[in-house]
Amino acid sequence: MTTGNAPPRPVGAEKVGRISLLLDNEKLLGILMIAPAVLYVLALVGYPLVLAFMYSLSDITIGSVSYNFVGLEKFKEIISDSGFKIALKNTLLFTFVSQAIVIVLAKILALLLVKNFKGKFFLRALILMPYVAPISLGVIGWLWMLDSIYSPINWFLQHSGLFGKDFRPMWLGKPFLAMFSIITVHVWRMLPLATVIILAGLTSIPQDIQDAAQVDGAGYFRNLFLITIPMMLPIMMVAILFGIVYTASDIIIILVLTRGGPYDSTQVLVSKAFYTGIDASDLAGGAAYALFLFPLLLAVAIFMLRIARRAEVT
Amino acid sequence: MAIVEVKGVEKHFDEVKAVDGIDLLSIEGEFLVLLGPSGCGKTTLLRMVAGLEKPTAGEILIGGEVVTHLPPRARGVAMVFQSYALYPHMTIFKNIAFPLKSMGMPKDYIKKKVHWAASMFQIERFLDRKPRELSGGERQRVALARALVREPNVFLLDEPLSNLDAKLRTSAREELYRFQKEIAITTIYVTHDQIEAMGMGDRIAVIDHGKLRQIGTPDEVYFDPEDTFVAGFLGSPPMNLVEVGDKVFGFRPECFLPQEIYLGCRDEVTPFGFQVTRVENLGSDRLVYGNLGERFDHHHVIANLPTSFTQYPIETGATYKFAVPSPMIKFFDKKTGRRTKIFSF
Repeated sequence: MTTGNAPPRPVGAEKVGRISLLLDNEKLLGILMIAPAVLYVLALVGYPLVLAFMYSLSDITIGSVSYNFVGLEKFKEIISDSGFKIALKNTLLFTFVSQAIVIVLAKILALLLVKNFKGKFFLRALILMPYVAPISLGVIGWLWMLDSIYSPINWFLQHSGLFGKDFRPMWLGKPFLAMFSIITVHVWRMLPLATVIILAGLTSIPQDIQDAAQVDGAGYFRNLFLITIPMMLPIMMVAILFGIVYTASDIIIILVLTRGGPYDSTQVLVSKAFYTGIDASDLAGGAAYALFLFPLLLAVAIFMLRIARRAEVT
Repeated sequence: MAIVEVKGVEKHFDEVKAVDGIDLLSIEGEFLVLLGPSGCGKTTLLRMVAGLEKPTAGEILIGGEVVTHLPPRARGVAMVFQSYALYPHMTIFKNIAFPLKSMGMPKDYIKKKVHWAASMFQIERFLDRKPRELSGGERQRVALARALVREPNVFLLDEPLSNLDAKLRTSAREELYRFQKEIAITTIYVTHDQIEAMGMGDRIAVIDHGKLRQIGTPDEVYFDPEDTFVAGFLGSPPMNLVEVGDKVFGFRPECFLPQEIYLGCRDEVTPFGFQVTRVENLGSDRLVYGNLGERFDHHHVIANLPTSFTQYPIETGATYKFAVPSPMIKFFDKKTGRRTKIFSF
């Protein structure tokens, strides 16, 4: 080897800009890079949350000019309200029923989508549609689908011949049907995300383990219930956790479809918080309704994470 | 127990022929090794025997019955995977019990059987643990115990030792061999490691590009390769292959020694001039690189001398008289690569 032909080094190549040296300092760089995220969270999540806590402990209204601390008075007030119990019951019903349906359907869908077939890509894209479409537009579409007069669903049911010509259910007008419709639309909306999460979990199970189970004599269902589902439990927990928190704090579907009606039959805590706090300008009451969910969801989150940790997968 | 028969089996993945027409007949209770470079189709062949892969063409028979279209669970085979494929969410006990449970065995029978299998591999004290709490060697024993527990007809192993470190691999190899002889179940073992193949196999099937190149005892495939691929694949360093005209002849580096060593030897020897270009001392062996004489176009060859032959100092740059026992020289056709009947240059 010879170095005789190496090109001469440009003079001053060792000089490095001060700023670039400064950026070599990992501590400083770290702080700089995380700052936007921290500021964002503090300003748009932390600050409103603190504000909500403060509001719920006061008797503040939209027109208030001063802050008047009243302790837990507002909570006592909303709990004694007759609408509260209904809203709480509806919230639990809405959340758990829709999540149960979502997780079962998502699991089945994921098991189908993980197989190889023609048009798989197209079908996968199609299933994701409800999630990527603007939710308010999607729900307005449903509003029309569920209309008592112009509903294409009713038209289809009437013309299928299974029900009479006069079969005209008021999807959003009867308490039971309204809740049923809300849950259906919510499942339609949450299914894609849950499916994608579960699909990811499904593809992360090593092929060797599936093969081993097959050779060890497991048929499809034994494989599914003894190998696949237990191994996916942590990731299913993630899907359920997201789903519950998302569902319990969602308002768009109810706001667009039923506005909590008929007779408060689809009123949930979040919609109640909105109508109390914004529409009825009782900020303190609205905050109290909204925060009532906080410990509940926190408990759910802690519980789920615990299960997820116990079901570790190597 | 049963023998495995593979008849004209092919497997195509789109355009690629992973297995391109293989015929293979195992012998009852033998340890048959499928050996070949990675991507040669040996694992695909094993997976077809297991039933995890459907052949594009051909038939697979186990114990005389056609099983080509049966699912794995109807074939009575057990398989050990390279990654061991233990069920991470189950205890070792449940892992080993899984095949028995799938068969619907009664509980106390399962318990007895699991303890029997576990004692065979000395893993009884791990029964309550999860796989992730075990070392690689221990996991491998669990995988073997799980495969063995239901006493399969055929035992399939897919590179079960390649995830172990070198030291452990040697002892595991010995153990596995002893264990196979003990249970005497027909075993098909896939590996790309020729040391494992030579050390454990009753017979070795050398596979390349989806085709069976040769099947025979370790001695046969090593000393009597049927074609230049087998000759060039086995051995480290492999057989020296020298082209002369339309022929190729080959000899093992360890047969290529200073001519004086063969003095008083009964066999006829073929002498070669050997100009040494480099000497590599590997501890137990001395690898000597160099060129043959003018007659062979100064072809590059390697000699492998045990370091215990201290009385033969070899200097770089010098030319020595080396020789090969004539029966150890194999001739191949240059075009087809197959062995020829001609025994002279």
